Amino acid sequence: MAKVIVVTSGKGGVGKTTTSASVSTGFAKRGHKTVVIDFDVGLRNLDLIMGCERRVVYDFVNVIQGEATLKQALIKDKRLANLEILPASQTRDKEALTLEGVEKVINQLRETHEYIICDSPAGIETGAIMALYFADEAIVVTNPEVSSVRDSDRILGILQSKSKRAIAGQEPVKEHLLITRYSPTRVQEGEMLSIEDIQELLGIPLMGVIPESTSVLQASNAGVPVIHDDMSISGLAYQDFVARLLGEDVPLRFLDPEKKSFLKRLFGT
Amino acid sequence: MALLDYLLRKRKKSASVAKERLQIILAREHADRSGPDYLPNLKKDILAVVEKYVTIDYDQIQVTLDSQENYEILELNITLPDTTSTTAKPQRQAI
Repeated sequence: MAKVIVVTSGKGGVGKTTTSASVSTGFAKRGHKTVVIDFDVGLRNLDLIMGCERRVVYDFVNVIQGEATLKQALIKDKRLANLEILPASQTRDKEALTLEGVEKVINQLRETHEYIICDSPAGIETGAIMALYFADEAIVVTNPEVSSVRDSDRILGILQSKSKRAIAGQEPVKEHLLITRYSPTRVQEGEMLSIEDIQELLGIPLMGVIPESTSVLQASNAGVPVIHDDMSISGLAYQDFVARLLGEDVPLRFLDPEKKSFLKRLFGT
Repeated sequence: MALLDYLLRKRKKSASVAKERLQIILAREHADRSGPDYLPNLKKDILAVVEKYVTIDYDQIQVTLDSQENYEILELNITLPDTTSTTAKPQRQAI
């Protein structure tokens, strides 16, 4: 039975696309046939993070409007054989996605793939609603910062009222909290909301914490999802997160502040 | 001593300020969300009626719905401005 997972947050710039790229890559690495869909019509970016921007010919909207087949639009990942990407359209037409069109594509993908990851745009407009509408599970990406926590709370309310599962009165969308850009040192200093604070405020199960790391920017510069980087704590944290999504019991790590050496303390680097 | 106080002062950590602010705003937003869909519109309609007679803000009307066992109470709380300004407006309209 295929699973549709939306990666959402309300707020922009918290790491939805980074997470979509790494989670889909993670599932594929673990041997599951996976497709990742970019729902950000007009602001396509998943292709850049996945490093396939030069191979985009057709897009999601082309498929919905019957200008291309799904097979033509899907881009095969160059590293993993069982991973495909469905890029967003760059059209400025906000109404390009229709619920019927999206449903048709998702139902078709359910036949062939185990995991369908939907990368939501920021905000609570049509695109974001479309991305979460058919979801079985939701990854709510949150930064330890007031506006992100508030927007995550808002998007949780929408998941619980506007998703297909909510409207049809089915079993609710399963929510997973993913905290990104976490800095244990700043939490210790009392300048950043802690994991416990965020969990208490949002009240959904915590599934992962991705520490702030320079390797995330390096990965997006190179167009290689950070989960491929075994030397990066962010990459390893994403690997753990995917394992937990697959039902494995993996403890959280990288949550202790980095120990500064005496010299570092002295010179403040 | 002032210098020592300054150096040893205990500032309220910004993370706990953030948490407190979020707790308050999320509770308020949840209350708005959990009420029946018609409450915001009801509030607007009431505002329109009251505004015919006095000038008030949307924030000065509180509509809450409480449910107790087998009945519900619709509580309406309107804060009216002081009397001098309330009598002034209808007079102006009469002219």
